[in-house]
Amino acid sequence: MENRLEYDYSVAKLFMWSTLLFGIVGMLIGVTIAFQMAFPSWNNWLGEYLTFSRLRPLHTSGVIFGFTFSGIFATWYYVGQRVLKVSLKESPFMMGLAKFHFWTYAVLMTVAVVTLWMGVSTSKEYAELEWPIDLLIVVMWVSWGLSIFGLIGMRREQSLYISVWYYIASFLGIAMLFVFNNMEVPTYFVSGAGAWYHSVSMYAGTNDALVQWWYGHNAVAFGFTVPIVAMIYYFLPKESGQAVYSYKLSLLSFWGLMFVYLWAGGHHLIYSTVPDWMQTMGSVFSVVLILPSWGSAINMLLTMKGEWQQVAANPLIKFMVLASTFYMFSTLEGPIQAIKSVNALAHFTDWIPGHVHDGTLGWVGFMIIAAMFHMVPRMYGKELYSKKLMESQFWIQTIGVVLYFSSMWIAGITQGMMWRATDEFGSLTYSFIDTVTNLFPYYLIRAIGGTLYLTGFLMAVWNIYKTVTSSKAVAESSMQNTTPMGA
Amino acid sequence: MTVGELQAYGYFILTALLVFLLYGYIFHLYRSQKTGKRDYEKYGRIALDDDITSEPVEPHTKKEKKGEA
Repeated sequence: MENRLEYDYSVAKLFMWSTLLFGIVGMLIGVTIAFQMAFPSWNNWLGEYLTFSRLRPLHTSGVIFGFTFSGIFATWYYVGQRVLKVSLKESPFMMGLAKFHFWTYAVLMTVAVVTLWMGVSTSKEYAELEWPIDLLIVVMWVSWGLSIFGLIGMRREQSLYISVWYYIASFLGIAMLFVFNNMEVPTYFVSGAGAWYHSVSMYAGTNDALVQWWYGHNAVAFGFTVPIVAMIYYFLPKESGQAVYSYKLSLLSFWGLMFVYLWAGGHHLIYSTVPDWMQTMGSVFSVVLILPSWGSAINMLLTMKGEWQQVAANPLIKFMVLASTFYMFSTLEGPIQAIKSVNALAHFTDWIPGHVHDGTLGWVGFMIIAAMFHMVPRMYGKELYSKKLMESQFWIQTIGVVLYFSSMWIAGITQGMMWRATDEFGSLTYSFIDTVTNLFPYYLIRAIGGTLYLTGFLMAVWNIYKTVTSSKAVAESSMQNTTPMGA
Repeated sequence: MTVGELQAYGYFILTALLVFLLYGYIFHLYRSQKTGKRDYEKYGRIALDDDITSEPVEPHTKKEKKGEA
């Protein structure tokens, strides 16, 4: 019986498909709103349902809570079993819990998409969902936590691999952030005002802003950084056959990141009404944050030491090495923007979405795509359908990311300079519409960059679909490191 | 002493303490490795030898007692 024991990927597969589905939907909406910025008349095509304001939360929720979190859960149910050396098959309870986790997630995401599209929103950025859905999120999240700690309780491997620490941190971090930021008052039940599902934040004014950006920035930490680091610490060593360069550095970076990240959110509120020392603290901790971030990223690049030929030979390694590089790039750019004098120019400009997207497209997106390419052949016992297709996808998406962030750099700095420009009497030189008309070419370039990235993503989905349906069968036991792939 | 001054002292002491803890942790990691108390680097193998039939890098004791490892 023991000899025939194998890992169970059924839940990992379900989450993988939802990663792909939300990737397509979320990115398609992203491209649509990028074009709307360039061509505002596109807002009017479908009444209220195609306006930028309605689609923007759908885009952010789709790519964050849909694409990225599905990717996190998919990789957890794959990596978690493997590094703990325990199978979900060993416990019907854990198996049931994992399935419950997926289906609760599927239901709540469906409700989220529908309500956001209908315009039901708390108007808190990245926390737009109303209280009944928030309660469902708690159920879903707790079931993930139980699955993490349940698998840990069953483990054969005494020590928790560094990726598991990162998954745990992601679970605990988001749990704490979510609860405090979503403290909301259901207006109907308190005062009889508004619909039954309507709520307002428990905090007011500056306090609300502080909690919101403590949440907002750390959602980046525990959604876009910590679990993605968990992925790269497993998938890069596994795919390349090289153990992580320094395990000690991985531990040190972990604790460094845990401590520093939580204090950096104040940089979103520089020159606002929050106390000055908090703004300064946000700036300082943002700069310190470079150290643990680069600690992980350099550790990953050094893992490839003596094995750099694999970057040319294996497209999965290409994706991961570039992801790691974009992580370094983005975690240097963020602290630069958090410096008060730079922030005075950059804040509210297009440089900010530029920064967000070199992190999300280059780091998060590439890492999740590489993880899917690594997992699919092992989960389905097939070789990857086409290496050539992956190579082309890599270059199309890389060009897309470069077009995105470079256009937004220029747009953002142009905007910032124009907003600040004054004549010899101290009057503003430009009105707002002057900046808008000036930025048209950059908005167009951004939309084209996004279209390229989406095209690449569709190629990945096609590649995975063909892998599952018509690729050559390969035994999982023969896939130790480099993923087998057809021409 | 004003509240502001108290905050400043508290902030400084906390920062100094955390810096001490951080460097203490680095020292602890390297000393444990050097004196042979714990080989941290072997844990990197967990990701590589991850078949369900692979020998655990360090078997979990509970499972071992049950004879399942």
